[in-house]
Amino acid sequence: MIEVHNITKRYGNITAIDRVTFSVAKGEVLAFLGPNGAGKTTTMRILTCFMPATEGTARVAGFNCADQPMDVKRRIGYVPETPPVYQEFTVSEYLTFVGNLRGMTGKALTSGIEQSIEKLALGDVRHRLIGNLSRGYRQRVGLAQAVLHDPPVLILDEPTVGLDPKQIIEIRELIKSLAGSHSVILSTHILPEATAVCQRVVIISGGRIVAEDTPDQLSARLRHSEKISVTIKNPPDDCLAKLQTIPGILHVFSAQPTGTFLLECALGQDKRDEIARFVIANQWGLLELRTISMTLEDVFLQLTRHEEGVSDPVQSVVEHTGAAQETTL
Amino acid sequence: MTPVQAVIAKELRGYFVSPIVYVVGAIFLLIFGLLSYLYVVFAGYQAIQLMQMQGGQAQLNLNDLVFRNLFASMRFVLLIILPILTMRLFAEERKLRTFEFLMTSPIGINEIVAGKFVSVFLVFLGLLGLTGLVPAVLMLFSDFDWNPIWTGYLGMALLGALFLSVGLLASAMTENQIVAAFLSFGMLLIIWLISGLGTLMGDTTLGQVISYVSFMEHYDRLVRGLIDTKDLVYFFSSLVLMLFLTHRVVESSRWK
Repeated sequence: MIEVHNITKRYGNITAIDRVTFSVAKGEVLAFLGPNGAGKTTTMRILTCFMPATEGTARVAGFNCADQPMDVKRRIGYVPETPPVYQEFTVSEYLTFVGNLRGMTGKALTSGIEQSIEKLALGDVRHRLIGNLSRGYRQRVGLAQAVLHDPPVLILDEPTVGLDPKQIIEIRELIKSLAGSHSVILSTHILPEATAVCQRVVIISGGRIVAEDTPDQLSARLRHSEKISVTIKNPPDDCLAKLQTIPGILHVFSAQPTGTFLLECALGQDKRDEIARFVIANQWGLLELRTISMTLEDVFLQLTRHEEGVSDPVQSVVEHTGAAQETTL
Repeated sequence: MTPVQAVIAKELRGYFVSPIVYVVGAIFLLIFGLLSYLYVVFAGYQAIQLMQMQGGQAQLNLNDLVFRNLFASMRFVLLIILPILTMRLFAEERKLRTFEFLMTSPIGINEIVAGKFVSVFLVFLGLLGLTGLVPAVLMLFSDFDWNPIWTGYLGMALLGALFLSVGLLASAMTENQIVAAFLSFGMLLIIWLISGLGTLMGDTTLGQVISYVSFMEHYDRLVRGLIDTKDLVYFFSSLVLMLFLTHRVVESSRWK
């Protein structure tokens, strides 16, 4: 439904996003996770045809954002960070205006308005001026506007900001209910939110995608396994494959600088001794060996902490968590 | 409702639920009424003087004494009033962050620009229509030629359209409404003042070009009752140019 290929956006000398590539299947909910200024909003603005990418292509429902903006815009419901509401309108007048703007008329418009008012529980305030509504209600009006024309793609920029806990749960339920029939991208910097509603998480930092996986696999990969970092002085070319042969080792990733490898084994096992023996037996030159442990929050923080020259996610995990929690053999 | 109509309706609503139209309209009509009154009284004095000098029945020409002066003064009044009407059109959208929403709606920039222009022009035409009360009342007491009145109103409508399009351009340039208003004051005053430059240059080519660029001579001819294609072309082409520039400015904001 959404295909983003190598998009880069530069503002003058500043690179807001750098070669971002991802895709969202039909009916999938994707979370864009990252700290403020990571490039989430920029990516969304490119997808909604608000601004063009400097390089790369973005496609929504098969239409190119740069060449066929009207076709893309018709198929997108977008909620920017600040709900785009006009204070001097009542809720239903505003929704009528939005519907007209999208070329909806007659019955389609009336039923669209009724449905979105019902979905977002705006019935009580439908005849009140938006200017008099609370932040939470305005946010919901912003969402109602996005689902009004029942678009196949929804792009939500921090949809739960400013809501109280009850409303947050309601909005999450709504997003979950939209999954299946709609493709949703939502940005957030709240981790549990991503885990709660999304099938897939893209972690973005400093304009780059640093990790992409399902929340389950992310946490499985990053939390439910022991990680050991090993640095070898003279690694042979097939080092990675050979390390994989150590009994009990599930995955091996290579990391920067050259010679550093990240090994995973099942939770509760300590394979440092085996690894050390293996490396020494092969006479590769063992420089460093340490365990790494972290929570998903740690992962997020470490992945998104910007540091010059750090590009490999696994490497940054090794670098940062290693400093905090290491056990050097 | 088509998308353009939706934009027009939304802008009109914006004008009428906020105090802008009421305040601007009241002051505009008050000034128009006051000026009319002053010119009529002044014309009365002149008629009395003429009667004393000539001893007979002097012909009181309202076209020359009242309407021409009144329409000529309107240049300045419109220059002050109209930027206040246009300043919110784009600046407010940016401030309220609804600009992004408009730009991501399936509606072209030209439709947005056209919708906004038409809405403010309708408001202005409404105000202008209300001033028709002045000639209507004067008609009861005196005879005058209606043709220069019609051309004068045509001139005001065209001049107003030009001013509004300049104001729209200014509003697209900034997110601050005050800055937008001052920008349009500035641009309009400059267009006005260069007519003086044109006069100074005299009958040279450059002088003629500069005089043509300013709205002064075009408006004056309409107020005097002359409809010249040249003037109509001037107003329509400058209007189109301003709307085109507005389109470019709005479009360019996407690239920043």
